Amino acid sequence: MTRRRSYLRFIMPAMIIVLAVIIFPWIFTLYMSAHDWKVTGTRAFVGLANYTALATDERFLWALARTLYYAALAVILPLVLGTVAALIFHRRFPLRGLLRGIFILPMMATPVAVALVWTMMFHPQLGVLNYLLSLVGLPAQLWVFDPGTVIPSLVMVETWQWTPLVMLIVLGGLAALPVEPFESARLDGASAWQSFRHITFPLVLPFLMVAAIIRTIDAIKSFDLIYVISQGGPGTASETINIYLYLQAFAFYNIGYASAVVAVFFVVIVALALCLLYVRQRAQWA
Amino acid sequence: MSAHAPPLWRALRRLAARLGFAFALVMIVSPAILVFLWMLSLSLKSEIDNIAYPPVFVPSAPTLANYAQVFETGSFPRYLLNSFLVTGGATLLALLVGVPAGYGIAKAKAYRLAIVVLIARITPNLSYLIPLFIVFQFLGLAGTLYPLLITHLVITVPIVVWVMIGFFETLHPDLEEAALIDGATVWQSFRYIALPLARPGIVVAAILAFIFSWNNFIFGVVLAGRETRTLPVAVYNVLTFEQISWGPLAAAALLVTLPVLILTVVIQREIVTGLTAGGVKA
Repeated sequence: MTRRRSYLRFIMPAMIIVLAVIIFPWIFTLYMSAHDWKVTGTRAFVGLANYTALATDERFLWALARTLYYAALAVILPLVLGTVAALIFHRRFPLRGLLRGIFILPMMATPVAVALVWTMMFHPQLGVLNYLLSLVGLPAQLWVFDPGTVIPSLVMVETWQWTPLVMLIVLGGLAALPVEPFESARLDGASAWQSFRHITFPLVLPFLMVAAIIRTIDAIKSFDLIYVISQGGPGTASETINIYLYLQAFAFYNIGYASAVVAVFFVVIVALALCLLYVRQRAQWA
Repeated sequence: MSAHAPPLWRALRRLAARLGFAFALVMIVSPAILVFLWMLSLSLKSEIDNIAYPPVFVPSAPTLANYAQVFETGSFPRYLLNSFLVTGGATLLALLVGVPAGYGIAKAKAYRLAIVVLIARITPNLSYLIPLFIVFQFLGLAGTLYPLLITHLVITVPIVVWVMIGFFETLHPDLEEAALIDGATVWQSFRYIALPLARPGIVVAAILAFIFSWNNFIFGVVLAGRETRTLPVAVYNVLTFEQISWGPLAAAALLVTLPVLILTVVIQREIVTGLTAGGVKA
């Protein structure tokens, strides 16, 4: 109908920008990924060779495995802590608004700025973290300077940063809960744990799913923290796909190869996004 | 059973529950605040205090020397201006095109376009950077602020569109319907009815776009030259290339993120609304 068409006209300016800076890069990336493309100017059509090379590129496969390890930790920890935080902030108490504002500071703060402070805190000799460990009688750690502890250390920062987002999502879920089941449960003598386990948890589960998917997407594409704190090191111990991608494109200037990495990466992310939409819809019907 | 317990016992139990809750609250909030306080402490201490072990938590003689050093070296004012130009420009442009787009999508129920915006929001920034980098090289725009401003649209436009869809959807259609029946054009009903009503939503969208653009690091790392660095890039380069000491570095880091921290605490309610409308209400 005609009115719908006149509403669509409102979208045109934004559409032009989206086409130029979002859709066009996607298509151009696919085109480049089929070429042996260097920044210096040499380019030759190679078909799917970049993709088949990826399948045997050990450094890429290790980066993939590391990304999954990193993401698994960086999803589970914020999810657990964020749920606890949401249960706390769901109650009423003095200064609740102000404290909630403070609690979400880590996710709003400039990532580079907080990453620099964490780098200083991780310092093995002078850092405050090892001092805190020594206070409770634990041995000093090398944190991000040891290949074995670098990923858990980075995940600690990521958890600190993104637990607030999970909290906000779950808090939204808790706010939408009906009151009746809790009242009848209390009348029936259910304990606090029982009513959480059997009423709260199932009802906020869709929100937890949404939080888990958003966290998974964000954890997979985490860049600033890793780049600033460990640069993918020591060695390649914290080199995730995003860091590898950056190196291929802007340190080794293998634009075509990096584009193939982007394409694979893109498929993974979009698949997760579709899961998100599916879960959202389920959540709305439930 | 608790109803039959003696009053003193009940009061004690209630007190214990309160204390337990307060303890949990402190435990969950303190990491958030302590890191920033440590940042503040580092920035106010002399170099001697900063490399002392055990660490000095409260500066023995607070000094602003670190801040002075930040402003004197490394053309900090220029980078500040760059950040404001890039972020301000990208936010204004995004509002200009994104607010009508959010309206159009909400009214025409064009949700397929909304999904494009959603996917744009969640794809890694690096995936736009490589092709755009090639294009900017080709166009000879290197060394100006335009490449940065244009790529920052990748961040700001999806945020604004997404938040505005949510706000225009919740707007009651009666007033607009009445205006349309009285012969107003679709544009007039947008301009004089929907737009004023959506002002709170526009504020939220503008703030979120501003913050996420201000915080962006990766675009600047690749696209900015010596003269066109934004603040996050400048602060990072100070660390790696000049091996500067902790005090000035903490001061610079705090200065970069201070506008965002202040915005967040002052208008946390609006930010929470915007984030839950945009990120959660998919």
